[in-house]
Amino acid sequence: MKPIITAALIALSAPLAAQEATTSFGSGPTVLTLRSTTDIAIIAPVLEAFTEDNADLSVHYEQWGSNALYEVSKEACLTDNSPADAVFSSAVHQMLDLVNMACAARYVSDLTTALPPSRRWRDELWGLTEEPAVMAYNTDLVDADEVPHSRFELLDLMRQNPTKYRGHIATYDIEASGLGYLYAFNDSLEATTFGALLEGFARADAVATCCSAEIIDDVASGRFLIAYNVLGSYVQNATATNVGVILPEDYTLFLSRAYMIPANATHPSEAARLLDFILSPKGQRIVQQMGLVFPDDRSETGLLPSARRFIPLRPPLLVALDRHATERFIAQWRDAFAAPPIP
Amino acid sequence: MGSLALPRAKSLLARVMTGVLTILFLGGVLVTLTAWSNGRQAARQAYDRILIGAANDIAESIRIIDGQPVTDLPVSAFELLAQAPDDRITYAVRGPDLTLLTGHETAPLREGRGDAAQLYDGEMNDEDARFVDVTRRFSERDFSGVVRVTVGQTRRARDQMAFDLTLDALIPVGVAGAALVLVAFFIVRSALRPLEAIAGGFSQRDPYDLTPLDDQNVPAEVGVILHAMNRFMQRLDRQIDAMRNLISDTAHQLRTPVAAIRAQAESVTEEGDPERAQVAIARLLKRTRSLGVLLDQMLSRALVIHRTDSVPRALVDLRDVALDIVDSRDHELLAPNVEVELVIGSDPVLVSADEFSLSEAVKNLLSNALRYGTPPVRIGVKQDGDRAILWVEDAGKGPDDAVLARLGSRFERTASSREDSAGIGLSIVMAVAQAFDGKVEMQKTEHGFSVALVLPHVAEDQA
Repeated sequence: MKPIITAALIALSAPLAAQEATTSFGSGPTVLTLRSTTDIAIIAPVLEAFTEDNADLSVHYEQWGSNALYEVSKEACLTDNSPADAVFSSAVHQMLDLVNMACAARYVSDLTTALPPSRRWRDELWGLTEEPAVMAYNTDLVDADEVPHSRFELLDLMRQNPTKYRGHIATYDIEASGLGYLYAFNDSLEATTFGALLEGFARADAVATCCSAEIIDDVASGRFLIAYNVLGSYVQNATATNVGVILPEDYTLFLSRAYMIPANATHPSEAARLLDFILSPKGQRIVQQMGLVFPDDRSETGLLPSARRFIPLRPPLLVALDRHATERFIAQWRDAFAAPPIP
Repeated sequence: MGSLALPRAKSLLARVMTGVLTILFLGGVLVTLTAWSNGRQAARQAYDRILIGAANDIAESIRIIDGQPVTDLPVSAFELLAQAPDDRITYAVRGPDLTLLTGHETAPLREGRGDAAQLYDGEMNDEDARFVDVTRRFSERDFSGVVRVTVGQTRRARDQMAFDLTLDALIPVGVAGAALVLVAFFIVRSALRPLEAIAGGFSQRDPYDLTPLDDQNVPAEVGVILHAMNRFMQRLDRQIDAMRNLISDTAHQLRTPVAAIRAQAESVTEEGDPERAQVAIARLLKRTRSLGVLLDQMLSRALVIHRTDSVPRALVDLRDVALDIVDSRDHELLAPNVEVELVIGSDPVLVSADEFSLSEAVKNLLSNALRYGTPPVRIGVKQDGDRAILWVEDAGKGPDDAVLARLGSRFERTASSREDSAGIGLSIVMAVAQAFDGKVEMQKTEHGFSVALVLPHVAEDQA
């Protein structure tokens, strides 16, 4: 094993970044502050429909990077400093940690109790979506017979075609993105393929970068040929037509974006109304249209039920945040990846 | 039902059921406390094991790398802790100087030392929690010292398990309790049914029906009551009979003398001759006296019958009875010229009876002998085996055999009897004999005719 890089490295992700973008929905007098990692374009139809149905409410939406959102939520919880009314993040291990720190308020309704146990923890954290981690590829540049349908085929491809794919494979930068970290960490738990994959990435000079939308744009433009572990929902929403989606057949990770109401929220009951709205049939229909709930249809996905691996909202996710585990994992990751080029 | 009009005293059923319910309630409280305590203990043990297992898992995963203890936090430890699916978790790995190596700074550290795993209660973000503290010693070339692993978990699953276990234990107990109440109710009711039957039997009875109730086919306790009631009713029956007899006797016996008196009185008023009127008045007087005697006897008989039922028996020496009667010399009024001879021994002759009744009976015997017999008259007492005998004898030859056969019946008045003769006297004697388990014996003797009251003798030492 390579030497462990000291804890100081972790501090790189610590400084609080400001939100990436903000917007508002509706014109009601009561303003609900929602902090989320979801791109505005994707969440917009849900919030528009919500404020339409609830004229007394308007939603102040802040889009954050997952690590920054985790830090700001933690600080809001500990210091009571400008807490959000609801937090909605794809980095579910960070959300679970916030709940574990008693930062969340409890809420129970018929809709929340209908959720399966893997998508609900302590009635304080709810998984609202079902999004696969997929491989995206450029349909113009990757030959049909070369398209990898599993991680093994991806490994073989990188080994057999070193020149074509060198520097043209991308994945999340796990230090910049909590979601990328979560995916990679679950890969490491899920199968031994992960070690081989890291080595393959290292040999192929793979690029670790951020974030889903940007990676997909680069795949469309041909800058990257294949992107590993990007959010399927983002690929589905991308305008480019030359981006193909692969649900790896060995296993596909499914993530449920987690929603929580901070314990010190100013408008907890309004946040609960938003929760119930997203879980309602109408809300779920919109969410599905936006690709946030992947159709559970085998003929369409070609995925065996046993290959669907959900990341459950359960305490073992806390391991992903352990200081020693993070240090070791990131060190291992850095060994494999060269510093990402400036885009 | 007419019973609604009765004063509503607390029924026996209500009393017994209150008792049964109280016992069951106390039992239920006891069982609940026990079940709760057992449930808590079971839940505590089960989840403490999980906690210790997880802490040991974490401690096992610590390696010394470059002189520093490094934890390779095992997911299995957290899977173990996730057996309590909704409980928050805290953990901390601390070095020899208690600096935090990894985990949560907030996990409370147990005071005191010791290598064994130590469990303790505490709080995690204002929620009750349970903690375990395990230590692992390292003696490597580049690191030596103790690493402490603290793992804590909130108690939601424990409380839920304790509650479930308690409930699981209490549901059958509750069902059993309800069944017991039901069974007890029916048992108590069936046990009390004989009492209801008695009450029902009495309320439906004809007021003049004093025949005994069946006291054989009932529980022993009720049998006692029934037996006592039957005896009471028997007494009542006899008394009523006696009263009825008295009334009908009185009517029967008085009708003729009163009619005679009235006829004689009328003839006196119509008699013009003062001399014959005087004779008629004298006869009227005699009739009236005779009527008085008859009344006396009838009342005396009623009194005797009443006393035999209502006055407790006592030991009586028959010699005293005979002696008192001779001493009182009442008989001299009846027959002034007749001497009465007393024949008694030196030993007491004891019977269990009422002295007054006995002496009434003997008075009647004596006056019959004086009236209808032939002097001399003797009265005596003797003991013959277990028979105590008081006899009265005169020198006559006694009544005819035909009369003798009918003697003792209440209305017996011999066809040849004089105006003041009354067979009622003998019927008193018979009633007394019957009341004290004895009999009347009449026989011709060498001296004449003897009438004896024979009673069971009571030995002196039995008294």
